Amino acid sequence: MALLEIAGLVFRLPARPLLDGVDLSLPAGEIHALVGTNGTGKSALAYLIMGCEGYRLDQGEIRFDGRRIDGLPLFERARLGISLAWQEPARFEGLLVRDYLSLGRNKADVEDCLQRVGLSPADYVNRKVDKTLSGGERKRIELASVLSLAPRLVILDEPTAGIDLLSIREIIKLIGNFKQRGSAVLLITHREEVTRIADRASQLCGGRIVCSGDPESVAASYQGRACRRCDGRECHDE
Amino acid sequence: MSELDRLMLALDQRGIDRAVMADTATAHLMASGQNLLSRREVPGLELDARETADGIAARIRVARDAHIRQPLHLCFAVLPADGRQRIDLDLVLEEGAKLDIVAHCFFPDAERVEHLMDARVEIGTAARLDYAEAHFHGPHGGVSVVPKATVKVGPRGFYRSDFSLTTGRVGRLDIDYEIEAGEEAVAELTARVFGRGRDSVRIRERLVLAGRGARGLVKSRVALADDATAEIIGIGEGNAEGCRGHIDCMEIVRDRAVASAQPLVKVTHPLAKITHEAAIGSVDHHQLETLMAHGLSPEQAVDLIVGGLLRRGEAPGVVTFKLAPVAAMRSSQ
Repeated sequence: MALLEIAGLVFRLPARPLLDGVDLSLPAGEIHALVGTNGTGKSALAYLIMGCEGYRLDQGEIRFDGRRIDGLPLFERARLGISLAWQEPARFEGLLVRDYLSLGRNKADVEDCLQRVGLSPADYVNRKVDKTLSGGERKRIELASVLSLAPRLVILDEPTAGIDLLSIREIIKLIGNFKQRGSAVLLITHREEVTRIADRASQLCGGRIVCSGDPESVAASYQGRACRRCDGRECHDE
Repeated sequence: MSELDRLMLALDQRGIDRAVMADTATAHLMASGQNLLSRREVPGLELDARETADGIAARIRVARDAHIRQPLHLCFAVLPADGRQRIDLDLVLEEGAKLDIVAHCFFPDAERVEHLMDARVEIGTAARLDYAEAHFHGPHGGVSVVPKATVKVGPRGFYRSDFSLTTGRVGRLDIDYEIEAGEEAVAELTARVFGRGRDSVRIRERLVLAGRGARGLVKSRVALADDATAEIIGIGEGNAEGCRGHIDCMEIVRDRAVASAQPLVKVTHPLAKITHEAAIGSVDHHQLETLMAHGLSPEQAVDLIVGGLLRRGEAPGVVTFKLAPVAAMRSSQ
């Protein structure tokens, strides 16, 4: 049985359906990359799985570990073991990194989590999760916090956005870390080199999954070389 | 039990080390109502205090180049349900002097209490004052706190104040501070208040950057719930070349509470710059969802966000409030 099962998911914007019959299955412990051009609904799909406000299914269903979750509030889905690392993580005035990384139910090793994202614990545990952190630092701390939660399913929304090129390899390694720790990963990304770490990949185009399979063939489709739906007219990525 | 014992007990109950009052190397002044309970001077710091008809008058002077190692502890209280206390304070730091002040104000059972302060502060050339004032109020909201201060910061001087009233009901708070910063001087003011019930909060802080290269920050953090109201007036003036000032107000409003902010910025020199930002509203939605994605309920997430907003900074000698809910959250999940 798949850990995450999405069937016939429809999510409409006022003018048009953004997601129009998405089917996706994610087994436990798998890294699944989701690719697609801007505006195809990748992040929307992440918010629908997580249960963010304003994101309610118009049709279809989402199951987690066999249980239907699309009626549950966000924090209850989190307590089931789903977590999301936002593309633009929120900042919190007055909240220390060590407290932020201690919010989960599982007792996490804060220092280990920071080291795994390439941050020195001595330099960061007493920093605040506020605007004094650079975008890249904040992103790494968000990944560390998700790591600290030891989720069963982690959704990473563009985890390498805002990260310097030299550090992308570290982030890729970290994504592998989630898998080693038993988490399934839904990896939303634009970067072909990041996609390579996935076990499988899917491409969103025109509100549907148009291609699923090994990451290389999906990446090739995504690059507009062979999109089954639009032949690259819509989803060609420069 | 004597008033002094009761005040010591109040310190204990708030996790403040009472032993500091017995430390001969630490200056202090303790008063309950109109009664002067205890005072101590240390070398370099003169502290003269007397009882007045409705409170305490105190004169504090730190000698030239004296660096007072331990913070001066001020402890003011009205312990009964009724009472009035007026603190008349003159504080002078001579050139090159350095002092940290930790002030605690207790009104645990106040139902009809008035606490007034009139302070005149002079910070000499290259002198440095760090002032932190924490209020501990009871559940009734029957206290009126009206602090007024005029502060002059001399050339290359430094002044930082941190006012917090986040424990118990505010009652009525009406702060009125006027700060003037001289050449290359620095002034930073922070006020953190949590109003509940029918609490009323008014904070007016005026920062005048008068000398060349003076810098300043006026920061207000206010959280309101129930029917509380707040009016925050932050005034920044830049009157000389190279002045840099910022007025920063953030208010979180819940329930039926009402908040307003009026930043007023005035510049009279073309090479001075004053900026301002004000944000009033409910708890930031993205913050809320980020915390809920960690498994916190909406209520726990709001408490954590408000707690962080009202959290004290890293001023030296200042009691740091811990975000106690974190552990509790874990156990309640």
